[in-house]
Amino acid sequence: MITSFLVKSLDRTIITAVAILLGLAALVPALNLMTAPDHPLHVPTYLVSLFGKYLTYALLALALDLVWGFCGILSLGHAAFFALGGYAMGMYLMRQIGARGSYGNPLLPDFMVFLNWKELPWFWYGFDMFWFAALMVVLVPGLIAFVFGWFAFRSRVNGVYLSIITQAMTYALLLAFFRNDMGFGGNNGLTDFKDILGFNIQADGTRAALFAASALALAVSLVITSGIVRSKFGKVLVALRDAESRTRFLGYRVEHMKLFAFTVSAMMAGVAGALYVPQVGIINPGEFDPGNSIEVVIWTAVGGRGTLIGPIIGAVLVNGGKSIFTAAFPEFWLFALGGLFVLVTLFLPKGVVGTLQQHLARRRANREAARKNGEAEFAAAEPMAAE
Amino acid sequence: MTEKKPRSLLYLDGVSVSFDGFKALNSLSFVVEPGELRAIIGPNGAGKTTMMDIITGKTRPDEGDVFFKGDIDLTKKDEAEIAQLGIGRKFQKPTVFESHTVWDNLELALNRSRGVFATLFYRLTREDKARIEEILSTVRLTARRDDFAADLSHGQKQWLEIGMLLAQEPELLLVDEPVAGMTDAETAETAVLLKEIAKTRSVVVVEHDMGFIRDLGVKVTCLAEGSVLAEGSIDFVSNDAKVIENYLGR
Repeated sequence: MITSFLVKSLDRTIITAVAILLGLAALVPALNLMTAPDHPLHVPTYLVSLFGKYLTYALLALALDLVWGFCGILSLGHAAFFALGGYAMGMYLMRQIGARGSYGNPLLPDFMVFLNWKELPWFWYGFDMFWFAALMVVLVPGLIAFVFGWFAFRSRVNGVYLSIITQAMTYALLLAFFRNDMGFGGNNGLTDFKDILGFNIQADGTRAALFAASALALAVSLVITSGIVRSKFGKVLVALRDAESRTRFLGYRVEHMKLFAFTVSAMMAGVAGALYVPQVGIINPGEFDPGNSIEVVIWTAVGGRGTLIGPIIGAVLVNGGKSIFTAAFPEFWLFALGGLFVLVTLFLPKGVVGTLQQHLARRRANREAARKNGEAEFAAAEPMAAE
Repeated sequence: MTEKKPRSLLYLDGVSVSFDGFKALNSLSFVVEPGELRAIIGPNGAGKTTMMDIITGKTRPDEGDVFFKGDIDLTKKDEAEIAQLGIGRKFQKPTVFESHTVWDNLELALNRSRGVFATLFYRLTREDKARIEEILSTVRLTARRDDFAADLSHGQKQWLEIGMLLAQEPELLLVDEPVAGMTDAETAETAVLLKEIAKTRSVVVVEHDMGFIRDLGVKVTCLAEGSVLAEGSIDFVSNDAKVIENYLGR
């Protein structure tokens, strides 16, 4: 059952993409760690972390594409799930600091000592164990998405209304996490991390491992997403995206289908956030900013929604552009981003990858037609030759 | 309500529904027997589509009873449940899944378990494959099985939708204006197809085309202003004074 699910998920594009990601996971750390800094092929550590960050963004965009591209749910709150996963990882990293914080308190993170708290809040229990934190990375975003989706999809909230309430959700979380008494470090968030799984988080080796982990997570998620969209379930998703009430009249529980896709997608976003936080070294409420979620939509649109490779390429392209642009003309980045979205919507509605695929498909169809015509002419010429 | 005519397949009694004060259905009563092919005619706004909405769970009646197979209360179920019970519906405008192939449209419609995990791990069995191929040949789309539904002609989309209904294997089929926009030849073929389908299940057809109704040669119900005006053979109904006044020609 599972094997057939996996076999179906693989086609040439996916195999190539997974192979590239696995290759990067091996090659980039090797070039970083095993070459001398003056070697021409040396990859400096800051680039390893930068591209590691892009890969987590790519995973977030892939997660969004599952619900937006294949299921028609335009979530404008996906960065919230990313941030929740990030916070779960951040809490683990805070607990690893131990007595090395500025206040030297072995149990309480610095911000709690600063707020004069005497004991660890109950919801911080367990986060000193990696396995528990890793579980929460998927469970917390998954649970919130499930509860949110349960009410939204059951009440048949659709289209722009759904998008607006996802914005409201991420904004509500933003405000909540800003509060000091929530117990998540308030405005400053969680930072000053020291170790992850006993390894120094600043060390080149750890950075390289985090990059490899991000590439691996993206490859695994790509296979899972591909399996989902190629299964009959995926066909139902596309069907309900295009004609929801027709799908209902075929006997499908549309709300269950959406809920499953939304929850899986939120869990993937959580994993992305958890890999992001150790690579950038901080998580704060700013990650819940509604604008962040909208940016994810732009990456996905630029790459091509409804294709699996598109959002990955879009996330890397747009963020690469952002890194270069904000260094050169920092004050114009938002205009460039807005302009990009307008241009893509107008001229590349299927995104970069979608347009490319369409082009290739048309060329293949033309070739096919030409071949058929050739055969027909040949067949027509035959009896004449017999005369 | 203990006495419910246990043998009838579909049983509507005293069904009323109004939208913003407009009474779309006014104490409508209507019975379909197992294996029956029934035609429904009536002027625009007579409540034909609203009646289908009520049977398929899209609209809830304000009052009245709707029972399927004797004792299943349809007013308490939603669209998906009613579809799974075995009531299929064909819309006026052909609605097929345009970004899926003809084959996938039929595969989606196939009467198999429709849960999240059942579909996630679904594998096309030899039996299902044979069934889809059989339906493809019934609706004459075998040659176009790998084409996207979006690329079909209007008539072919109608036929694909009929094929999807066959794949659903409903016990009761509701068909809304199946021949609207079809050529005469296609219309005649559709009448043959519907009669064929009605051999194994009950079919209710809503249609304006009187010639088509005559081709079907079945019992006709004429609706007007949300209730039944007349019921009987086509000749009986078309000679009814109220029907002539309300619908056929003033």
